[in-house]
Amino acid sequence: MDLRFEEERPIFIQLAEQLEDGILSGAFPEESQIPSTTEISVRFKMNPATALKGINILVEDNIIYKKRGLGMFVSKGAVKVLREKRKSQFFERYIKSLASEAKRLNISADEIYEMIKRGFSA
Amino acid sequence: MSSLELIGISKSFGNVKALDDINLTFEEGKIYGLLGRNGAGKTTMLKIIYEMLFPNSGAVHMDGHAIGGNDTALGKMFFIGEKNYFPEEMKVEKAFRLMNDFRKDFDPAYANRLADAFGLNIKKKIKSLSTGYASIFKNILALASNAPFILLDEPVLGLDANHRDMFYKFMIEKYSESPFTAIISTHLIEEVADVVEHVVIIRNGCIIRDEPRESLLDSGYSVSGKADTVRAFVSGREVLGTDALGGFETAYVLGECPKNDLPEGLEISRMDLQRLFIQLTNS
Repeated sequence: MDLRFEEERPIFIQLAEQLEDGILSGAFPEESQIPSTTEISVRFKMNPATALKGINILVEDNIIYKKRGLGMFVSKGAVKVLREKRKSQFFERYIKSLASEAKRLNISADEIYEMIKRGFSA
Repeated sequence: MSSLELIGISKSFGNVKALDDINLTFEEGKIYGLLGRNGAGKTTMLKIIYEMLFPNSGAVHMDGHAIGGNDTALGKMFFIGEKNYFPEEMKVEKAFRLMNDFRKDFDPAYANRLADAFGLNIKKKIKSLSTGYASIFKNILALASNAPFILLDEPVLGLDANHRDMFYKFMIEKYSESPFTAIISTHLIEEVADVVEHVVIIRNGCIIRDEPRESLLDSGYSVSGKADTVRAFVSGREVLGTDALGGFETAYVLGECPKNDLPEGLEISRMDLQRLFIQLTNS
């Protein structure tokens, strides 16, 4: 996992998304331990309060859970939940910007559809 | 809860007003970024807190009481700045021993571990250290002091990129294990942007911002696009400054970001700490 933070969104939200990416990619399998707040904050040179805020987003969504005295673990079923969440965000995050750039370039919906088909077969 | 409070601090050097009625509270267990341009008053403020300088008016309180030379209150702090306060001929290892004799919470084993990690030769005389290693020496003293309040005036001055990286990591590791208050004055804003929790910006001796980093970053945004569209959009809003490139313009604006009510062709971005700092302190 390599993080490249941009300024567009608060850093704790970016951290939460990167951890989600790690879970979706299998880098942090279900029921495995994720790095501690200290490890995360040292690795990315971020304030531990910020790291905790990012981790807590995943706790609130039941993506990870706390084992007392042991640390944070990926919940069973987390991947499925995350897939659903990302799917529901797909339109907002990708299609909207795709459509606006396409309009700017005068690309029709049919042309985009052809490109999508090409992208899937590549 | 320990706290460090500046109450109505003013300081002049001759006719020059270095600090003008500063009121600030530093809470226990938070990392503060103290940002300001050259000559803004950062060093003067830190020195006044540590009683290396005395204000013309106002007082510094530790836990609700004026410090006024009180050793217990001063012992809760550790300051590092440009100067070295040990005899020049002294060796690093001797300085560590001296710290151990005079400060009960100093951790010599930790100091030696850091010296080893940074490649600081403790047999060397302090005067023979390069600029970078002189900074590293002082940083090690500060981190190993275990003082509840550490005041770091330009801690990464002269450090190469690798050593700066190590310094931030050691500091966060230490802070994560047992939180302390750090007040870091630095010009390398991008590097500390994610490290600090709270930001104090000082301009011409006055505090112009004193708030959590996140809320500070939420207090403004930049908007870019065709110059006339940008100008129409920002009219009536509080504009900090603009950058133009031909017919393309970026305006830096204070206020809440109006994401949902944006004319076609304009792009809005969050400002990073450095950009916001530059815009706030430009004039």
